[in-house]
Amino acid sequence: MPTVVIPALLRKFTGGVERAELPGRSIRELIRQLGEQFPGIDKQLLEDGDIRPSIAVSIDGEIATGGVLDTVAENSEVHFIPALGGGEV
Amino acid sequence: MAASTTTGDFKVIGTRPIRPDGVDKVTGRAKFGADYAFPGMLHGKVLRSPHAHAIIKSIKIDKALKLPGVKAIVTSKDLPDAENKLEQAGEMTINPMYLSMNILAHDKVLYDGHAIAAVAATSPHIAEEALRLIEVEYEVLPPVMTVDVAMKPGAAILLKDLRNNEEGDKPTNVAQHFQFKRGDVAAGFKAADYVIEREFSTAMVHQGYIEPHNAVGIYNSDGQATIYCSTQGAFDVRSLSAYVLGMPVGKIKVVPAEIGGGFGGKTTIYLEPLSVLLSKKTGAPVKLVMSRSEVLRASGPTPGGKIKLKMGATRDGKLVAAEIWMAYEAGAFPGSPVAAGALCIIAPYLVENFQIDAYDVVVNRPKTNAYRAPGTTQAAFASETVIDELAEKCGIDPIDFRINNGVKEGSPQIMGPPFKRIGFIQTCEAIKNSPHYKSKLTGKFRGRGVASGFWFNAGMQSSASVNIHTDGTASVVTGSPDIGGSRASMAMITAEVLGMPMTDVRPITADTDSIGHTDVSAGSRVTFATGMAVYEAARDAVRQLIERAAKVWEKKPDEVEFRDGMLHAKGNGVPPMSIKQLAPRFPRTGGPITGRASVNARGVGPGFATTVVDVEVDPDTGKVQVLRCTIAQDAGKAIHPSYVEGQMQGGTAQGIGWALNEEYFYDDKGTLRNSGFLDYRIPTCLDLPMIETVIVEEANPGHPLGVRGVGEVSIVPPVAAVANAIYRAVGVRMTQAPMSPPRLLKAILKHRGAAQHSAAAD
Repeated sequence: MPTVVIPALLRKFTGGVERAELPGRSIRELIRQLGEQFPGIDKQLLEDGDIRPSIAVSIDGEIATGGVLDTVAENSEVHFIPALGGGEV
Repeated sequence: MAASTTTGDFKVIGTRPIRPDGVDKVTGRAKFGADYAFPGMLHGKVLRSPHAHAIIKSIKIDKALKLPGVKAIVTSKDLPDAENKLEQAGEMTINPMYLSMNILAHDKVLYDGHAIAAVAATSPHIAEEALRLIEVEYEVLPPVMTVDVAMKPGAAILLKDLRNNEEGDKPTNVAQHFQFKRGDVAAGFKAADYVIEREFSTAMVHQGYIEPHNAVGIYNSDGQATIYCSTQGAFDVRSLSAYVLGMPVGKIKVVPAEIGGGFGGKTTIYLEPLSVLLSKKTGAPVKLVMSRSEVLRASGPTPGGKIKLKMGATRDGKLVAAEIWMAYEAGAFPGSPVAAGALCIIAPYLVENFQIDAYDVVVNRPKTNAYRAPGTTQAAFASETVIDELAEKCGIDPIDFRINNGVKEGSPQIMGPPFKRIGFIQTCEAIKNSPHYKSKLTGKFRGRGVASGFWFNAGMQSSASVNIHTDGTASVVTGSPDIGGSRASMAMITAEVLGMPMTDVRPITADTDSIGHTDVSAGSRVTFATGMAVYEAARDAVRQLIERAAKVWEKKPDEVEFRDGMLHAKGNGVPPMSIKQLAPRFPRTGGPITGRASVNARGVGPGFATTVVDVEVDPDTGKVQVLRCTIAQDAGKAIHPSYVEGQMQGGTAQGIGWALNEEYFYDDKGTLRNSGFLDYRIPTCLDLPMIETVIVEEANPGHPLGVRGVGEVSIVPPVAAVANAIYRAVGVRMTQAPMSPPRLLKAILKHRGAAQHSAAAD
């Protein structure tokens, strides 16, 4: 199953759990599963049904570009990291 | 000099042709933003705050409006309300409300130089005179100039609506806290034989581009606007201006002019919406050009800040733990690159246990903007100095220490996933084997220092089209403003795929109505991502050429091959045909040929660099002279090696300026006291030796030509490398940048005093 690595500051929603193996095949499914397992964490990642603009998704070490539409493989590792493009304004 | 591990039988790529934009530039014909002029054009000037922090109680413009020649004045009241919400805009995450507040101050001014009003008049002198007649009543507030002051309980609050992710509904100057963790930090330090703990501070510095910001705006009565400006991203100017002006994106066309330097600083907007707003009010084109003082006071430098760093290593030189706290001055609005700094600070090394806490803090300084590898040079100053100290404690050569701990393919990145193919170790080995590092440095007060750096590089969206002309030559059109010689590399990629000489390809940078969306020229992404689009567009043209030749030969496309610029029919007896021979037959075979491609580029290959610097310190004045400097950088594949070397040298030169001289100097009222190049001193050719370069080519597997991107990482190592060299020259570990003469002299005298005291005690 794909593994989602929980960002350090969101581990308060997971009781300290750092990694979660979830049965999704897209980022949307993984976040839904994550929210079911750890209520509230999905709201930290989503805004208007897509990934928050301040967050980037890394799939297997590469920044993904499709938001919740990106697909993942059976053994993918997914990270949520700060969007790094030069900040706000 | 190049150390290449890429393979490929290239004919054009890797050569050093003359740049296609060279003649226009050396003859003065190249058109920069300030060169644009239109009939009836007015000139704009901006009134700026003399206070770092104040409430605007009133703005009276009546007297200024009565001055003959003044045509219009705009203040924030002329801007539509913008939403307080994060939005994705190209490379950037923006908050439209803060963006609007930066263009024209709303109810408060938040830094010395903050724009308050803009005037359009028949001449720049009248516009300037009108500024003096605008009456602004302020209630001056205490300035908050540093992260220390801003983070203190009870500090004056800059933005009443700002809340962070941890403190609930409490007003704050801390916009965000980021945290990255791995392993067990306490256990890591327990296993360490040597632990070094230091506190570093760096100053706010400017990119120092020679060409000031400029914009000409034309608002037509049909609701269409056109902006001519110097920018790294025409599409970003369009979308950001649309946010500020409340206009649909499709109603704004942005024409990127030639650019006289940007280095990240021209990825946002300042004058552009003002030019449109003033044009809308007057019905005439309006041009605004910043002075140097305005550039320094009111455009976006890179942040200074504070870093507390503790690292541990075992006696045999293995890094085992790191604990890092860092806070950057975002300027007046959130968005410093502190998260990037946090993800890069120890990225070149495998450290199994770490915790990094990073804070984005608003202060009464101009809103910071990108600057080559944003946030990372400051970070590397801290980490690479401490690593040097640990290497010394362990008795290991500093390059070997870096090689022993360095990341390679499969090593985890700070955020967790493994690196793909990277060339960090190769940059260290290239320096270790360089004539510079092998040479002996002799003489009193001389020292040699090394440091390394990492930068992510970026992908994002790019579009390209390749037109085959009726004579068989070509043009390649992209939406990437050329900030580092990219027109040459785009022409070379096109020529390589089409098998023609580079001189047969004309590269064009198009406006926002003439090419598909293309993100900003930043993040070292142009040769990588736009290059990928160009490669695909040229291949699309080749596919069409094959189809046309097949038609001419009455064959199927799969019976035709394209190689070395010639079309070949399979089988005997048919002589090959060049593109030049086929081109006149385009009308009879289906019409013009245009290859097209748009990409949202994946497969980004990160960049690493390692730099060695020799310095001589004058112990009586604290002045540092750089004697020799060599940088090795992984380019993946150097399309035009001269321009890659130029990026390596340019970033290194800026890094040396950052190390030795450059800093924003504010007085206790928060007024910038060095807003000109005489007092804000960037390096000149007298301050620098010829910077030697070694291009490492560890091909990026995510790009069809192996390209990584080379525009940024060269600026990361120099500050730390200079600090390490100073230590070896005079025995002083500098923890504050810039290491300017007065600051270094003070440290030398303190060190000398301590040494004399210690000798007397003995």
